[in-house]
Amino acid sequence: MTAFKRPDGRKIEELRPITAKVGVVPNADGSAIYSSGNTIAIAAVYGPKKMHPQHSQNPEKGTLRCTYLMNSFSVSDRIKPGPNRRSMEISKITEWALEPVIMLKNFPNQVIDVHINIIQADAGTRCAGINAAAMALAHAGIPMKSMVSSISIGKLDKQLVVDLTKEEEDYHVGEGPTDIPISMTDDGQITHLQLDGKINHEQMKEAIEMAKEATKKVYEIQKQALKNALEEKK
Amino acid sequence: MISKMTEENKRKIVIPGETIVEGDGYLPGEGTEKRGNKIVAQRFGLSEESDNLVKVIAISGPYIPRRGNTVVGKVVNVLANGWLIDVGYAENAFLSLMEVPRFVNKDALEEVMEIGDMMAGKIWNISKRGIDLSIKQRGFGRISQGIIMKVNPNKVPRIIGKEGSMIKLIKDETHCEITVGQNGFIWINGENVEDEIFARRAIDFVSDKSYIHGLTEVLTKWLSENKK
Repeated sequence: MTAFKRPDGRKIEELRPITAKVGVVPNADGSAIYSSGNTIAIAAVYGPKKMHPQHSQNPEKGTLRCTYLMNSFSVSDRIKPGPNRRSMEISKITEWALEPVIMLKNFPNQVIDVHINIIQADAGTRCAGINAAAMALAHAGIPMKSMVSSISIGKLDKQLVVDLTKEEEDYHVGEGPTDIPISMTDDGQITHLQLDGKINHEQMKEAIEMAKEATKKVYEIQKQALKNALEEKK
Repeated sequence: MISKMTEENKRKIVIPGETIVEGDGYLPGEGTEKRGNKIVAQRFGLSEESDNLVKVIAISGPYIPRRGNTVVGKVVNVLANGWLIDVGYAENAFLSLMEVPRFVNKDALEEVMEIGDMMAGKIWNISKRGIDLSIKQRGFGRISQGIIMKVNPNKVPRIIGKEGSMIKLIKDETHCEITVGQNGFIWINGENVEDEIFARRAIDFVSDKSYIHGLTEVLTKWLSENKK
């Protein structure tokens, strides 16, 4: 079998170049920017603060409220600004991906607001958003059990690849493209997994193993970004 | 000098979920958790080991009220039997009429404190129902003069210093009375405004340089250089 060729010449398990930085929004309690190739996400954390309206308060544990928004200029065809079906769904997904690691028990009747803005989109925006949000939460001093790192695994025809670009997502040959965004804690526990397309059992297992390796690389970058922020001040 | 070096070496930057130390015989302190035989950080900050106790000094995050904390807050409401105070936490604190050390006319609580007044007090109890304040101590009560500044509550221990050494230095040099609230609000009361502003600059200097080692000496130098 000939080696699979990706449009941008990356290897099968190679990620796009990643940059990450925390403390980019001075007015927020915690913030981070995360970019993977041409995809750029900014996350800002506000709170914990008292939940309003009062009937939304949960006396048992705090609430995590994520708001994912794509800026109108983030894609080549301008999109209408404001929430839509897709962004509301991704907001919810982000909450679910992050909730298992955040110690919300410490903040009854309170809410932690996470605002995620995609300023440039080239596939994998929800993963970039989750990665930025996890860093911003840590930067805001929220107690967490672990970091969360996210990556999308793709299947182009029958070949599994890591970190799809928009070009690859539109690859319509054979079985077509399948997108599997996966989020993991640093010890490899899955907090979020989505599947858009078709895949068999064996390949799914393989995809999860690939995600484990890929999220490790993402984790190292997140860790370094947080440590750099403190190191600079020293 | 040697002891200082080792102390510095023990401090390292940690992120949530990162293992600080491995092995039996360690105790998890603030901001950490025991997982098997590992001590794992829960917050972003600097880890510190003293004897067997491992803790994380957080550098960001909200103010968490604790019993015994001195706080400076703002009166947000006057009720029939006390006052509601905003101390920079999601819940307001309550100062009961019973915790005021003098006789108060029940119909004229405003005479003691009005909405919008600043006050200093102590948290004497925290329960599920809320935070209870007390002003039964000298120096507590309504603030009628001086200036109030805000710092990151996580830097308050640094501003106070070991057994109050840092704040004592600032007090002595600026001739101001300073009440440091654990919630990050600081009340400075001096003879004149110049002294108060000098004290504020000194506190800003400490909170800005809170990461460096041997800060007391650096501050002493700064104070002598900037004093007119």
